[in-house]
Amino acid sequence: MMKRKLLCTLIAGMGLAAAGVAQAQISGNVVKIGVMNDMSGVYADIGGPGSVLAAKMAVEDYLKASKSQLKVEVVSADHQNKPDVGSSIARKWYDSDGVDMIIDVPTSSVGLAINQVSKEKGKAYINTGSATSDLTGKDCSPNTVHWLYDTWMLAHGTGSAVVKNGGDSWYFLTADYAFGHALERDTSEVVKASGGKVLGSVKVPLATQDFSSFLLQAQSSKAKIIGLANAGGDTINSIKQAAEFGITKGGQKLAGLLVFLPDVHGLGLATAQGLNVTESWYWDLNDASRAWTKRFVAANGGKYPSSDHAGVYAGVLHYLKAVDAAKTDDGSKVIAKMKELPTDDPLFGKGSIRADGRKIHPVYLFEVKKPSESKGPYDYYKLQQTIPADKAFRPIGEGNCPLVAKK
Amino acid sequence: MEIFGIPIQAMMGQLLIGLINGSFYALLSLGLAVIFGLLNIINFAHGAQYMLGAFGAYLLLNKLGLGYWWSLILVPILVGATGVIIERTMLSRLYKLDHLYGLLLTFGLALIIQGLFRNEYGSTGLPYSMPAQLQGGVNLGFMFLPIYRGWVIVASLIVCLATWFVIERTKLGGYLRAATENPQIVQAFGINVPRMITLTYGFGVALAALAGVMAAPIYQVSPQMGADLIIVVFAVVVIGGMGSIMGAIVTGFGLGLIEGLTKVFYPEASTTVIFIIMTIVLLIRPAGLFGTQK
Repeated sequence: MMKRKLLCTLIAGMGLAAAGVAQAQISGNVVKIGVMNDMSGVYADIGGPGSVLAAKMAVEDYLKASKSQLKVEVVSADHQNKPDVGSSIARKWYDSDGVDMIIDVPTSSVGLAINQVSKEKGKAYINTGSATSDLTGKDCSPNTVHWLYDTWMLAHGTGSAVVKNGGDSWYFLTADYAFGHALERDTSEVVKASGGKVLGSVKVPLATQDFSSFLLQAQSSKAKIIGLANAGGDTINSIKQAAEFGITKGGQKLAGLLVFLPDVHGLGLATAQGLNVTESWYWDLNDASRAWTKRFVAANGGKYPSSDHAGVYAGVLHYLKAVDAAKTDDGSKVIAKMKELPTDDPLFGKGSIRADGRKIHPVYLFEVKKPSESKGPYDYYKLQQTIPADKAFRPIGEGNCPLVAKK
Repeated sequence: MEIFGIPIQAMMGQLLIGLINGSFYALLSLGLAVIFGLLNIINFAHGAQYMLGAFGAYLLLNKLGLGYWWSLILVPILVGATGVIIERTMLSRLYKLDHLYGLLLTFGLALIIQGLFRNEYGSTGLPYSMPAQLQGGVNLGFMFLPIYRGWVIVASLIVCLATWFVIERTKLGGYLRAATENPQIVQAFGINVPRMITLTYGFGVALAALAGVMAAPIYQVSPQMGADLIIVVFAVVVIGGMGSIMGAIVTGFGLGLIEGLTKVFYPEASTTVIFIIMTIVLLIRPAGLFGTQK
């Protein structure tokens, strides 16, 4: 009798110890997720506090659905669109605050900087906010997943649609940093490959207020299409001022290469109508996305989610799944697990993550509705075309990602 | 005909655009120069007050249905009134202290005001449409000039010159300038100096709000619209000479032109060129182009 009790205790103890060991794999006993983005500048409505909300919703939903025993905490910071600010926050988070994973990080220059720090520290990094396709190309890392979109996808979505409709000569207004350069490069390739010409480009500093000077330069190039390789407030101001200076009336067309839903909201449909937009997610796509949006809007002061918010939600969900499956929060191991597991979430459906870190899902080409077609708040897009997942992103062999070349 | 490989027509267009941007620099730096020249306060809240002007126009239109022309009159008065309150309750306590305290106070105020608006309205900004009378444009041969932009240049020139005239050429302006030199003596002549100072600050703030109303149809009405501009405007004031009214006006327009040219020849530097000029001016003439060493 005594012996049996002793045995039971021993086994229970072993169980506890084993559980203890499993626990010890989670550093500091808590999975800490850091949402880093532009909280107050030109990109704050695309990511900003909405991304923090999305991350918290994902944690809540995951813990409820999976009955997981994980302890998860979400912290956030403002990188002010400055690579040096972003890097020092990331180092502090990883080194002394016990952050295990960083998510969001719009602004490609900052996105690339955090990519570097995460690789160096062996932590997990899910980028949803940056556009540069270099994150899964020459700068790809075993610690990074690029979730939402990239410049290759935007160029091929919007770029080839515009060329197909007769826009065969281009002039670029390019934001003067990593993102703008990458977007111009990728779009130029598409334009040339489809038989079009690129007549020139002008590099505009980030957060310029007045684009009229650059627009006049674009106008005198006589290009049929003025390609806006910029984002956020810069895109809004360019589109607004192009209308003011009669550029669109003069027969030239604008192609907004990266436009998010909050940008269209800020422009108003009267100015934005007819724009082609390539996005990976839109709130009105299906029942699941509408249901999620309803919850999000209620908690976000009536503002609808951008695709970036959806990306953060889905990214956190898949990350936590991988942490439980890998039984550790070690960055390199979790990212490997994320690539191994198929992705499945209510917003992006079923998909996968490639060896180079690229998350694969279908991509949608939308056209912005006329004011008369819009039936309710944020009813802005009409679907033109669905680009299937295997066609939407750059083929894995063409990105020069060292992780892939090794094989 | 070409200048440095740019057709002269394109060049004329760029110069005109430079002048338009210069109008905003001139209006804003004028307000700063008035406040600094007469109150010795470095008003870092100027950008936020410019933003308040734009939001004022937006709110009047969307809450009360009052259009652009009403805004042009009402908003500067309303925002100027908030300036009066700020001066009475806070700034007036700081005149005896170092410049730094005024700077810190107004900088703090700017952050608070911008933060409140960002919380309420987000960062993308809101659209404000042009008044119907000023829509469209004229073809000048070398460029298409939107009528509204032409209006901005004219209005800003009138306001700037009127302000300069009042301060430098009228009796009221004489009192003001005397009060900054020696408030005790002016007070001894029976002039209510504190009230005059309060109204001057209110006027400077109203100028910022006026610029904000004029900017609303061109740019997005967004909480950080002033923060982006204020640093440049400070550079304009420093180049012109702190406190010099004419200096602020002339450098405002002049730097708009130089910035416009930079956008053609080396666009990457268009946001830095003003600071390069500021550095050079400070090295050669520390008091600014139009300033006098005190």
